[in-house]
Amino acid sequence: MWGSTVGKKTVMAVSGLIMLLYLVVHMIGNLKIFFGAGEFNHYAHWLRTLGEPFLHYEWALWLVRIVLVIAVVAHAVSAYQLSRRDIKARPTKYVHSKPRASYATRTMRWGGIILGLFIVWHILDLTTGTVHSGFQPGHPYQNIVATFSTWYGNVIYIVAMLALGLHIRHGFWSAAQTLGVGSRARDRALKTVANVLAVLLTAGFIAVPVGVMTGVVS
Amino acid sequence: MTSYVEYATGDPVVDTKAPSGPINERWDKRRFEAKLVNPANRRKHTVIVVGTGLAGGAAGATLAEQGYHVVQFCYSDSPRRAHSIAAQGGINAAKNYRNDGDSVHRLFYDTVKGGDFRARESNVHRLAQISVEIIDQCVAQGVPFAREYGGLLDTRSFGGVQVSRTFYARGQTGQQLLLGAYQALSRQIAAGNVEMHPRTEMLDLIVVDGRARGIVARDLITGKVDTYFADAVVLASGGYGNVFYLSTNAMNSNATAIWRAHRRGAYFANPCFTQIHPTCIPRTGDHQSKLTLMSESLRNDGRIWVPKAKGDNRPPNEIPDDERDYYLERIYPSFGNLVPRDIASRAAKNVCDEGRGVGPGGQGVYLDFADAIRRMGRKAVEAKYGNLFDMYRQITDEDPYEVPMRIYPAVHYTMGGLWVDYDLQTTIPGLFAIGEANFSDHGANRLGASALMQGLADGYFVLPATINDYLARNPHKSDDDVTDEHPVVQEVLAETEDRLNLLLAVDGDRTPDSFHRELGELMWEFCGMARTDAGLRKALERIPEIREEFWRRIKVPGTGEELNQSLEKANRIVDYLELAELMCLDALHRSESCGGHFREESQSPDGEAARKDDEFTYAAAWEFTGTGEAPTLHKEDLVFEYVHPTQRSYA
Amino acid sequence: MKLTLRVWRQKNADADGAMSTYEVDGISPDMSFLEMLDVLNEQLILSGEDPVAFDHDCREGICGACSLVINGDAHGPERTTTCQLHMRSFKDGDTIDIEPWRASAFPVVKDLVVDRSAFDRIIQAGGYITAPTGAAPEAHATPVPKPDADFAFEHAECIGCGACVAACPNGAAMLFTSAKINHLNVLPQGAPERETRVLDMVAQMDEEGFGGCTLAGECATACPKGIPLMSITSMNKEWLRATRKAPKR
Repeated sequence: MWGSTVGKKTVMAVSGLIMLLYLVVHMIGNLKIFFGAGEFNHYAHWLRTLGEPFLHYEWALWLVRIVLVIAVVAHAVSAYQLSRRDIKARPTKYVHSKPRASYATRTMRWGGIILGLFIVWHILDLTTGTVHSGFQPGHPYQNIVATFSTWYGNVIYIVAMLALGLHIRHGFWSAAQTLGVGSRARDRALKTVANVLAVLLTAGFIAVPVGVMTGVVS
Repeated sequence: MTSYVEYATGDPVVDTKAPSGPINERWDKRRFEAKLVNPANRRKHTVIVVGTGLAGGAAGATLAEQGYHVVQFCYSDSPRRAHSIAAQGGINAAKNYRNDGDSVHRLFYDTVKGGDFRARESNVHRLAQISVEIIDQCVAQGVPFAREYGGLLDTRSFGGVQVSRTFYARGQTGQQLLLGAYQALSRQIAAGNVEMHPRTEMLDLIVVDGRARGIVARDLITGKVDTYFADAVVLASGGYGNVFYLSTNAMNSNATAIWRAHRRGAYFANPCFTQIHPTCIPRTGDHQSKLTLMSESLRNDGRIWVPKAKGDNRPPNEIPDDERDYYLERIYPSFGNLVPRDIASRAAKNVCDEGRGVGPGGQGVYLDFADAIRRMGRKAVEAKYGNLFDMYRQITDEDPYEVPMRIYPAVHYTMGGLWVDYDLQTTIPGLFAIGEANFSDHGANRLGASALMQGLADGYFVLPATINDYLARNPHKSDDDVTDEHPVVQEVLAETEDRLNLLLAVDGDRTPDSFHRELGELMWEFCGMARTDAGLRKALERIPEIREEFWRRIKVPGTGEELNQSLEKANRIVDYLELAELMCLDALHRSESCGGHFREESQSPDGEAARKDDEFTYAAAWEFTGTGEAPTLHKEDLVFEYVHPTQRSYA
Repeated sequence: MKLTLRVWRQKNADADGAMSTYEVDGISPDMSFLEMLDVLNEQLILSGEDPVAFDHDCREGICGACSLVINGDAHGPERTTTCQLHMRSFKDGDTIDIEPWRASAFPVVKDLVVDRSAFDRIIQAGGYITAPTGAAPEAHATPVPKPDADFAFEHAECIGCGACVAACPNGAAMLFTSAKINHLNVLPQGAPERETRVLDMVAQMDEEGFGGCTLAGECATACPKGIPLMSITSMNKEWLRATRKAPKR
């Protein structure tokens, strides 16, 4: 599987879909912020007690985190290796160059890098609080409001979510092709689902900073 | 007039391998009588195959499957590009899947008759027998023939025939069959049984002690001229239609392999038998580099016509039906638009000569699909001919769904070629010629969809069976291996290098193309669709002059030690300039009309080709004696035991 | 028409190349693009210069030899082969850039000629059905449903020109490879080698140094025979199926 370009693409597709599934859940959870601090913080706490008493405190959360780390690493490593290979396979550019549909390719590569950097920042900001002054563990509602009360917090977040939208738009459809589920009859449906997913996730995630900025969430 | 026309007639040439007995048992008989090579010994034998078209590709793959060591050559970058790929319409086979009265015997009969009784009965019958196996073979290889809804193979009809026996893959039958052969060959290359040399062109034949033992070939990338040795050499290098400059052949198709073999002693048979295909896209101007065929299958549903009145310049849609002359339907009511190619071509020439031609220069006739679209609907026409229509639109910028196509005859195929016996062996022992490179099966005119049949029959089934006999009788002995040190090899190599060096050294003021074009125009005018004694003599006078001028004024830039396409071209023209002369002489000597060879002096009162069976029921095999020197004619008498020569009638 | 041509000139595989500028005059709109290059070459020969080397053969759009990138597009602005592109697609006074296919698996041999033998090796790896001559059953023994036959044909139309590789931003040969796999894998005759075929051909494709697929879709846009992008999807499916099945053998 790993030895072949098609195999590596499969790894990318599967890991991408795992992350996509996570993002859908993540976004729905995020939207609970509009129901007030109490409910949102309670939800955050519930995530840690999920599966009890079968599981210990935070086990479920760590399980999800481990799967996500594996997915991110697999996705990034295969992307890096494939890109290196692609660039090597086309070392000479055409003198008469044209900007064109390789737009999708370019946004995937740059979008991926942006998203990778964003994930690091996002964890340091809202999970560990390392880059967050006045971080209050156990009070995500307050931390989120604080982050989106700074201009750079909003800019970083919104740019990343736009990149995410583009990434999902090509990525979801692309994953379907890689996994061989695309067909001529299904193509329109797949493209629609990709677009809907991209728009819903982008809008859902951006709703939070917008909510903070407009004072709906405070 | 030179002494070239004063040729001598030598001993008749006899096909000693031809079996006797009832015609339908001859092939089995020959196969049984042929000696075999023990499978364990086959590895030790090397066979050179020149060309990777239907015949060459099929032969290379099959010989390798049998266990021989095959060394194969093609001038293209890949064996898949051979010009068989451009054949459009289909492949004949006497499967009788339609239950329309077809049989091996009918295919045999149609082919002998279609060839205007100038082909060998034994060979044609074998071809008809094998046709059935070819379809099986190709289907097994995954060739995607057209199928009906029930999943069975579809067929259509072709010119000169009243049954539906042509199997097809849309308008790309040649491509699909060739890819089948190419894939089989690829499998053998991967297995190490075929040593493939792409971009390598054969420039001469090595004959040692009277047997073909190898070739001289030039690596077209490095320019290196090298020798390759073998126990037998198979030429599958195609036809020589490019003598005419404008033809439907590929730009690089050439006659060098067969011509060099001819110069080394292989007889050249019936060189004047060239096929002019009736449905090609007319030329648009002097810049034209090649002509494009529109498949004959179009004549299944398209109707050919010209205006009744001379010089009628109205657009075709404004000419009412009663002012149109559907001349093929009028003259040949029973075959209509599906008369054989030679007849359709000549009829087109006649109406254009009468001043009723259409399009620029009046060199065209209409092929109209309006009726078919009305009858079947545009969708059905599209499904059947879509890619041909697209191709026509791409080239002419006219929409054939709206405006009738314009077509005109063009040089397409050469029935003549190296003389071969029943085993497909030339007059040089150990040298075989298959596919269009030989002369054997089509007589004076080839029926549509028969070229693919013959190429594959020769390559898959005939040669692999008959070459055993030669190799068994001439077993490989390691002590008589030919090497570069052999004086004959040295001489051939030196001659080849001298020729190339001379081409580079002349440094004149005319390009290779300018000579090729000049020769082509001369041949089209005097040795084309209609030939006369006076015209041919004129051409024969002119060709040596062009040849002389060529060697004085040719300009080939660059060196021989690199990819030099001008040098390749110039070297091929050297051979055309000699071959053209032989074609004209053959056309001059055959004062009858038959099939594609139409002598104006020999026609029936209503303008049909009139054969002279008493004088010319033979294949003319020419022996080379020297450049510009009269060749020697050897006649092979043709005997018709099963199909008795009659005036062909398609009316 | 009068045109300015900027053509990639490169003496041989090892030499450096560069674009050279030429003028051609008297070009008819009815000429094919290659006939226009013939005019240029006649001019160059007479002026003692080396003519431009380019691959071409059948000039009717089927052999797959011609291979020029014209103004950045493989085979030029129309969806066809270079040989079927006509000068009516250009205007008097245009400047036209002509370059060879670019991909590390297709090294330049000279000027506009590249080495596409990598394609042959992909076919050799498994792009065939093992059916030695003489071993074939009767053609009607196995009917093939028409939709399957049509699917096979659609993919079998590939002419192996390499435009897909030339157009792909990653120099990938997925469209070429998938076309052959789909042609043979859908047929009952191709079934016995269905798994090995796709695994071996994809492995060979990787070994030749072609890039991977990012589904940019450039290949299908450039393909003169209209092989659909979905062809790659079908190949991926075949490949995944084969990786599941193969170890069981």
